[in-house]
Amino acid sequence: MTARVRLLLFAVGTAGFAALFAAAVRGLPEFGGPVHPYAARAVHQAVREGTPNVVASVTFDQRGFDTLGEELILLAAAIAAVVVLHVVRREEEDDGAAHRHGPAEVSDALRIAGMLLLPVTLVAGVYIVAHGQQSPGGGFQGGVVLGTAVHLLYLAGDYPALQRLRPLPAFETAEALAAALFTAIVLYAAGWAATGRVPALNGAVGAEVGCALVLLLSKFFEQALLVRDPARPTK
Amino acid sequence: MILQLTVALPVLAAALLAAAGRWLPRLAVDAAALGTAAAVTALTAVALARSPHRPQVAWLGGWGPGTGVGIPLAADPFAAGTACTAAVLTLAALAFSWRYFTEIQAAFHAMVLLFLASMCGFAYTGDLFNAFVFFELMSVVAFALTGYRSEEPSTVHGALNFGIVQSIGAYLTLAGIALVYARTGELGLATAGRHLAAAGPGGGLVTGAFVLICTGYLVKAAAVPFHFWLADAHAVAPTPVCVLFSGIMVELGVYGVARTYWAVFDGLVPLRAVAVLGAAAALLGAVMSVLQHHVKRLLAYSTIAHVGLLLVGVAAATPGALAGTAYSLAGHAGVKGALFLGAGALLNRHRTVDVRDLRGRGRGMPVTGAVFLLGGLFLAGLPPSGTFAGHSVTEHAATEIGWWWYTPLSVAASALTAGAVLRVWAVVWRSAPAPAASRRDGPQEREDPETRVTLGSLPWTMLAPGLVLLAAGLATGLIPGGPVAAAAEAFTGHGAYAALVLDGRLTHPRPVPADPWTLPGFAGAAVTVLLAVLIAAATLPHAAPDGGGGRVGGRLARRPAGRAVGRAAAAVTARLHALHSGHIGDYAAWLTAGVAVLALLTALR
Amino acid sequence: MNLPHLLPYLAAGWIMLVGLYGIVTSRDLVHAVVCLQVTQSGTYVLLLAIGYRSGATAPVFSDRPPPPAGGPVTDPVVQAMALTDVVVGATVTALLLALAVQVAKRRGTLDPADLRSLES
Repeated sequence: MTARVRLLLFAVGTAGFAALFAAAVRGLPEFGGPVHPYAARAVHQAVREGTPNVVASVTFDQRGFDTLGEELILLAAAIAAVVVLHVVRREEEDDGAAHRHGPAEVSDALRIAGMLLLPVTLVAGVYIVAHGQQSPGGGFQGGVVLGTAVHLLYLAGDYPALQRLRPLPAFETAEALAAALFTAIVLYAAGWAATGRVPALNGAVGAEVGCALVLLLSKFFEQALLVRDPARPTK
Repeated sequence: MILQLTVALPVLAAALLAAAGRWLPRLAVDAAALGTAAAVTALTAVALARSPHRPQVAWLGGWGPGTGVGIPLAADPFAAGTACTAAVLTLAALAFSWRYFTEIQAAFHAMVLLFLASMCGFAYTGDLFNAFVFFELMSVVAFALTGYRSEEPSTVHGALNFGIVQSIGAYLTLAGIALVYARTGELGLATAGRHLAAAGPGGGLVTGAFVLICTGYLVKAAAVPFHFWLADAHAVAPTPVCVLFSGIMVELGVYGVARTYWAVFDGLVPLRAVAVLGAAAALLGAVMSVLQHHVKRLLAYSTIAHVGLLLVGVAAATPGALAGTAYSLAGHAGVKGALFLGAGALLNRHRTVDVRDLRGRGRGMPVTGAVFLLGGLFLAGLPPSGTFAGHSVTEHAATEIGWWWYTPLSVAASALTAGAVLRVWAVVWRSAPAPAASRRDGPQEREDPETRVTLGSLPWTMLAPGLVLLAAGLATGLIPGGPVAAAAEAFTGHGAYAALVLDGRLTHPRPVPADPWTLPGFAGAAVTVLLAVLIAAATLPHAAPDGGGGRVGGRLARRPAGRAVGRAAAAVTARLHALHSGHIGDYAAWLTAGVAVLALLTALR
Repeated sequence: MNLPHLLPYLAAGWIMLVGLYGIVTSRDLVHAVVCLQVTQSGTYVLLLAIGYRSGATAPVFSDRPPPPAGGPVTDPVVQAMALTDVVVGATVTALLLALAVQVAKRRGTLDPADLRSLES
């Protein structure tokens, strides 16, 4: 199909979609209006259960099964990254000499800033996970902070230190175990008080998200650094 | 409790395999995965057996219907039957990969189990947003499984096309779910359905929400013009994965449309758009199937055709047609699964599934040959297979509501797809091998086999699953018509789903049992089988010494009168091939246009 | 309903269409994957627009009394859905980018027009 025909087809589709969507939103309640029945019920239940952060209560408690699915998507993606990007590892090993990624040439200021920020960021991540049931934040947000924190080492120019800091097999195992723990709590801890369940789930999610992020990024790092290595002609 | 366990068990097993896969021996991985799949099969079978007598509903986390915030899992007979089909196919796929299938750190087994969990979750969930989440989980695992052999260029390309098209569809579904939420303040299928039914005819919003939600499901169900991803993905995915894709994942799109319609939009929107897109899929899929040389691609297009028929059966919106559709779904799952495993056997033995390279090379694989012969005949609806029962019952129901065109469509689609399979059997098992010197040596890509070693003779673990699936496809036709009709009645009953989920109350309809064993049913099957054999014979490539056989319409072209027809056919063929370009921009444009068509047909009063 | 009240919803639809346009006209698969993310952003906007409530604050009660005493709050359910949606989107993007990397390695190009059809 030529680009022109494709665009024409898309234009026809767009006209239909726009008409459909415009007609649909005319039937919606007023923007910013006061009627939110599900929200009212969710707030009521969260307050009754003693979880001040209602979003956390909805995410982990009332609709915990959604979050289970989401966790599994993360787990699947981490496994998938191993599968989809594994050939590169094999190519690397077939070549015999593994690549060396020594400390890069970066300024001392950047190096020191990275080293100083690392512990602070880790503590912030743990805080966001741990206080998820009370204040904005939670396992996902904190997990992302934790997962990216260790990559400050890369920004500080020290890829070998990053590799030492994150032994990948351990992270793979930890991620899968966190997912299993989350599944077990969501489906079989209906009897616990929400004040115990929500923090536990937050913790499991934080661990899983952090580990999954590290794993995913590590696969892309391998790709990027492999391609950039001047000793190897890019394929 | 068994509903939660159906999802939790494969998830836990997958997590443990992912955690310890690096260190576990292969035998342990195989055994753990197979054991889990067998357990899930048993759990779904129990749910299926109980569902007509006792309400199978579980509110997760103790948030019951009174709180108005929880998520229910509910298994009516069709939901349980769908989950059970998924579990059986997973069992077969895992058995086929026993020991020989190339594995990377137990990732394959872990992902297949996650896939099973997502399908069971999607079948059981009674919540719109939760359905979206499990739908996405299913998709993500499916992309990864498609790209499993990522060392091959076409594999990653097919997986990427699959991923982008599916994701667009899923996001449109989410937009539709958001519209329902805004209007009703509910996310439960049952509660939202009650709310919309009480509010009466909905106008633009209801139409918009239904079209957007259905788009995602129809992309999964490969209705035309959303179908482009399917052949690309099937041709490159590992064989055991194709079994799951064709056998149940695509059909779950049909299930999604049916469930959403009857639980949420019952009577508020017309289903004619689904009928039109399904009929188009039945025709296009059948024609494309005949034009293929690549066996897996051929089977993929045949899936598009048969799932198109399922969509038309759902769109007929009567309990009778739905009962027939259920027969068809189960029968097709068994037969298509067996055929894909047969294709996998060919691939592992000969390192190719291109018919042009396989001419006459089927000797020494009698079991696989039998699978292709019988599979082709069952696709045509040879009694007493499930596909026969499905065609017979659905055709009767469609004729009753005045859809006279359904029977010719069903016969044509079945005959074409069956003819394509029978042709493969005739070429590979019944033709003389081409002389070695004249074998096609064009730009063919040798495919890597899926096993670490090219197998001299196939182990029984690779043959038995296909035979079992074929037998299952046969046996589904013998399921008594009474329970199936009752299940269809309960599925389509006005407010029946809400009564089950919210009130824990079963409706006990006493409909006329579905009866496939009718004279028109047998006549239809006879005509279809005859046509299929004729099509296979007519399109059989002649064994010319130049080895350039394989051109469709070879027989025809030899007669002078047939030449003009042959040329015209060749031109049409070329255009059809060009349409399936593998260009993601084309696919996205078609998808958008498809939404417009859906919107137009649904909005017309 | 007048236009200002529809605008947030229409903006969501507009963003989805812009993303789709990007995919249709894309000359680079990485670009197409990013455009897919744009399409998805439309759903975030739609969800949050639906949950918005004039004059309301965040649904967190650690430092103030719950309603009705503490005044209205925005819809926590759409926020939870948007959170799920964001995670799904990030994950899908990561996976599709990994596939794009492999396409580039195996085929030597990321232009969809240069990729051979899979139809044999």
